[in-house]
Amino acid sequence: MSQTVLDVRNLEAGYEPGVPIVRGASITVDKGEIVVVLGPNGAGKSTLIKAIAGLVPITGGTVLLDGRDITAAPAHTMVRLGLAFVPQTENIFALMSVEDNLKVACGILKPRETPARIEEMYAAFPDLARQRKTAAGNLSGGQRQMLAVARALIVHPKVLVLDEPSAGLSPKFVSMVFEMLAGIRIPGVTILLVEQNAKAALAIGDRAYVLVEGKDRHEGVASELWNDPVVAELYLGQRRLDPEGDRHSGKAGAA
Amino acid sequence: MNLQFVVDGLLAGSMIGLGAIGVTLTYSILRFSNFAHGDFMAWGAYATLAVVGAIGAMFGTVAPMAPLSFGWPLVAAVVVGMAITGLLALLLDMVLFARLRAKGQAIIVVMASFGASMALRSLLEFIFTSRPTYFSRAIQIAMPVGFGIRITPDQIALLLLTAVLVLGVHLLMTRTQTGRSMQALSQNAALARIVGIDVAKVVRVTWIVGGALACVAGVMIGILIQVRPFMGFDMLLPMFAAAILGGIGSVPGAVLGGLIIGMAEAGAVQLIGAEWRAAVSFIILMTVLFVRPIGLFGVRER
Repeated sequence: MSQTVLDVRNLEAGYEPGVPIVRGASITVDKGEIVVVLGPNGAGKSTLIKAIAGLVPITGGTVLLDGRDITAAPAHTMVRLGLAFVPQTENIFALMSVEDNLKVACGILKPRETPARIEEMYAAFPDLARQRKTAAGNLSGGQRQMLAVARALIVHPKVLVLDEPSAGLSPKFVSMVFEMLAGIRIPGVTILLVEQNAKAALAIGDRAYVLVEGKDRHEGVASELWNDPVVAELYLGQRRLDPEGDRHSGKAGAA
Repeated sequence: MNLQFVVDGLLAGSMIGLGAIGVTLTYSILRFSNFAHGDFMAWGAYATLAVVGAIGAMFGTVAPMAPLSFGWPLVAAVVVGMAITGLLALLLDMVLFARLRAKGQAIIVVMASFGASMALRSLLEFIFTSRPTYFSRAIQIAMPVGFGIRITPDQIALLLLTAVLVLGVHLLMTRTQTGRSMQALSQNAALARIVGIDVAKVVRVTWIVGGALACVAGVMIGILIQVRPFMGFDMLLPMFAAAILGGIGSVPGAVLGGLIIGMAEAGAVQLIGAEWRAAVSFIILMTVLFVRPIGLFGVRER
């Protein structure tokens, strides 16, 4: 039987009191699943997962991780609780080496197991292994995302939460990043991701939610959602579901 | 041209550099210019002096460790003084800076540090009077070491101590998890929290390290010159000039900046006259800000 890892119920969250951006969103992520949150610009997708990660004040609802209430947990305790978050931008320490970026995230591991764990990440991401001494800011866009994901995975999270991993990347890197994310599934990592690039995300996802005006309005199996007329209507209004069209909107969806 | 300015410059540079490490760490991690940092030096010097007095009262007069002008009581007292100054910095953060930081406006914190600086200084004058005092009144004979340079055993010991401390802080910053956390926090505070860094803890370490080094710098000034309540305040301009010259956030940069400014000051005294000494840091500071505002080891924000 599938076991629920992340259970978000009727979440309300926003940056300012009285101005909720997420308005009663409910999503669940089962163990080993890749769940995608889609939605038009300004739907509150990024705010939703930032709130889950403890970065945006939550005004209502609950977040359960493996049955444990983490709604009020401060952001810096999330990795210890088992939730690793990868922000959309500025998700690496640009002036530190690749290796130090990984090491600095190992604070919750035992010092003795840290070197072996770093080697495991290098084995999973050979591109990073070749550039361990390089300042992270000098990596390519795709490699930066790789480093950010490796840094999040290094602490054995129960769930990996990603905010638009394809944002700001050229098409070549977008496919590289999604291939990488699809590859992570093998060791049984659970992933929740928000994405503008619907086509690429649905291709690797198991299930998907469509978020509109801060509320989950539709849910379905990822492979079927692509041709679901309800989604096209919710997601785009008049426009057709077209990933090329999405890319213009870019960062505007971050809020 | 007399090369004596090299020794004078290295010594002045050590004091400035040790202070500038604290300034640069506070600036890069807590994002404000702490104008009370100089007063940590003065407090460190007075605290050490008080502990030396207390040890003297308990153990009687202790013979100095020849050829130095001081004995083990001063060494022990510096260690205690470093702890006291670190705790003072921590306390000041708790009661003043942390609350204002929460409001999110850096300029308020900077202004508060001005106020704290005055309060700390006045408190020293109140407790110890503003009359200068000394760690030792013994006169040390400077040994000639060639090229017309003379140096006293105390000066050699203090230069070595500076080298050890700077190396220690550098290793702390680059080889330990605490140091990496400090770097991470200075580069991207939001991401630092996401990767699980306890910001409050890193802030505490920053204050303790900055305070402890300020204490050593204060004691150096006390041993080589004199102890008085204004001793740290007078170091503010050269310290900030050194931190900015080295590049904000860089520990090696702060030390190198300190040495350059110390040398420049000592050279200026010899070449154009002592009255220009204070102008040197100001000129260097202005030049850096105009020509290369990120400093020697600074990196442009990305």
